[in-house]
Amino acid sequence: MADVITYRDAVAEGIAREMRRDASVVCLGEDIGAAGGVFKTTTGLLEEFGPERVWDTPISEQAIVGAAMGAAMTGMRPVAEIMFSDFLACCWDYLANEIPKVRYMTGGQVTVPLVVRTANGGGLGFGAQHSQATENWALAVPGLKVAAPATPADVIGMLAAAIRSDDPVVFFEHKGLLATKGPPPPPDHVVELGRAAVVREGGDITLVALASMVPLALKAAEVLAGEGVEAEVVDLRCLVPLDAATVLASLRRTSRLVTVEENPYQGGWGATVVSVVADEGFGLLDAPVRRVAGECVPLPFADALEEQVVPTVDKVVTEVRRLAAY
Amino acid sequence: MDATALLDRYERMNVIRRTEKAAHDLFLQGLVKGTTHLAAGQEAIAVGASAALRPDDYVFATYRGHHHALARGATPEECLAELMSRATGLCRAKGGSMHLTKAATGMLGSYAIVGAHLPMAVGAAWSARLRGTEQLAVAFFGDGATNIGAFHESLNLAAVWKLPVLFVCENNLYMEYTPIADVTAVPRPAADRAPAHGIPGEVVDGNDVVAVEEAVGRLARRARAGEGPAVLEAETYRHFGHSRADPAAYRPAEEVERWLKHDPLDLARGRLAELGVGEETVAGADGRARAVVERAVEAAKAAPPPDPREALTDVWADGGAAWRT
Repeated sequence: MADVITYRDAVAEGIAREMRRDASVVCLGEDIGAAGGVFKTTTGLLEEFGPERVWDTPISEQAIVGAAMGAAMTGMRPVAEIMFSDFLACCWDYLANEIPKVRYMTGGQVTVPLVVRTANGGGLGFGAQHSQATENWALAVPGLKVAAPATPADVIGMLAAAIRSDDPVVFFEHKGLLATKGPPPPPDHVVELGRAAVVREGGDITLVALASMVPLALKAAEVLAGEGVEAEVVDLRCLVPLDAATVLASLRRTSRLVTVEENPYQGGWGATVVSVVADEGFGLLDAPVRRVAGECVPLPFADALEEQVVPTVDKVVTEVRRLAAY
Repeated sequence: MDATALLDRYERMNVIRRTEKAAHDLFLQGLVKGTTHLAAGQEAIAVGASAALRPDDYVFATYRGHHHALARGATPEECLAELMSRATGLCRAKGGSMHLTKAATGMLGSYAIVGAHLPMAVGAAWSARLRGTEQLAVAFFGDGATNIGAFHESLNLAAVWKLPVLFVCENNLYMEYTPIADVTAVPRPAADRAPAHGIPGEVVDGNDVVAVEEAVGRLARRARAGEGPAVLEAETYRHFGHSRADPAAYRPAEEVERWLKHDPLDLARGRLAELGVGEETVAGADGRARAVVERAVEAAKAAPPPDPREALTDVWADGGAAWRT
């Protein structure tokens, strides 16, 4: 294997690894087969596994995710792709009402071991209906596991955990990270869902981030280090299970918290993190908490406008300076 | 169909009719909460179809699904206990009337979002094909579901993948309170749409258990042989309103009268007489059905409520509900 792998290729590699080890893993989605995915995240799967395991579908989000559910209830481990996470709204019934509830409302009679993969987030200039960070939508529904990796190695390791999970997982692949590179993980690399990673240590402030906000937070931490402020960066990796313990442990060292979220401030995942901290870690804090999140507007098209409404390194640095001086 | 088989179907329908009546009465006694969507009048579709299926086939039904649960292996006691919020309920009192499910016998659920389960049935059929089991999936749904997107997405995907799935519409003429004919541009809301998706659509008298069993059996053989999905529109009528809150005053009296004269149990009784089955034999089936349901009511009444700790189980496959560390 090469020295580095892109996030994009890691998606296909992560799926392929699981398809090689488990014949019940099958893929379905729009343009995922012959075309290799509109983001080229499923390149090579049709060639390696054939049309009985990699299925091109019509543009029918309800049928895609509903069929994945029916297959998951009857012995398969489907991996369904919803091309853009904005389109989850087209099949939201399945993610809000059906998949997360069927186990509970049948008294545990059925399991739904499926993964819904989707390209999430902004940064590619696609406008308001193809750029949203929608992981907070999934966070609002009990019964869904929510994963959003930031590195190629985590893509592979978390896909392994997601596909092997007997619970439904919504897997957010960040469009802005697809071209990024990192070291490829060893064979059988599995990253347990619900384990955050401390990706930079520091004693002055904790930055909690997810997906594309992780490299952004790391860049902000570099700027801050030049000013003598050492930020610890926690990559949450998953929203459900939420690794609150790792966040609280970091706050025991830093006593200051900033969440860095791409999703809008209103209803964003940082609000849940902050509420847990307020409940259980209030005494650890030496300063108010701050949330750097998206503005509560639809995402605009022009770069000059988009910059105004999404988190940037400058916005994070500015908030941290304020808190450090508190 | 010979007399023995028909008597069996008759008794099964009779059990369903009596269970629905019991559910209705128990609601009035305050022992069933929430709401119920009773299937009295539609028994022949569940019993006829089920008799034509293999035990390992998959059934997906709607919130009006008591008859399908009962036809696919759930007992009246399990169903009534579920409606009465008892620990012995089919879903351990976590589902209720609208979500009766018995996965162990292939009754993979009753779903209360209109049309949502059609794609699931497509997926179960896809799974059966991938596993090479020759199992069939059947989605039962009401006429109202034919105007929702998932219906059309399902028919197309099932057709293009040539899957072993049957779409059985229970057309009881009213979506909820509104006549389906008032909101649909074609006279047969399910069967008339099937050709647009490249699959056959048939209409059957849904109150005639013999006709239903024959039609489902034929379409099932076809689907199992790899010839693809089919739509069966079964014409029927519900004896009660849409749900508990609905006295169904919007239905013309002469229409109600006409359909009550075309009752599935009466039709089966008539056929049994034609086959030479004596009144005493039929009365015997009636008596057995009555006894089963009476015992079920008593057992459900005597069953304990669920352990409150059950509220925080069964979210995840590990049995728990933990969402964080």
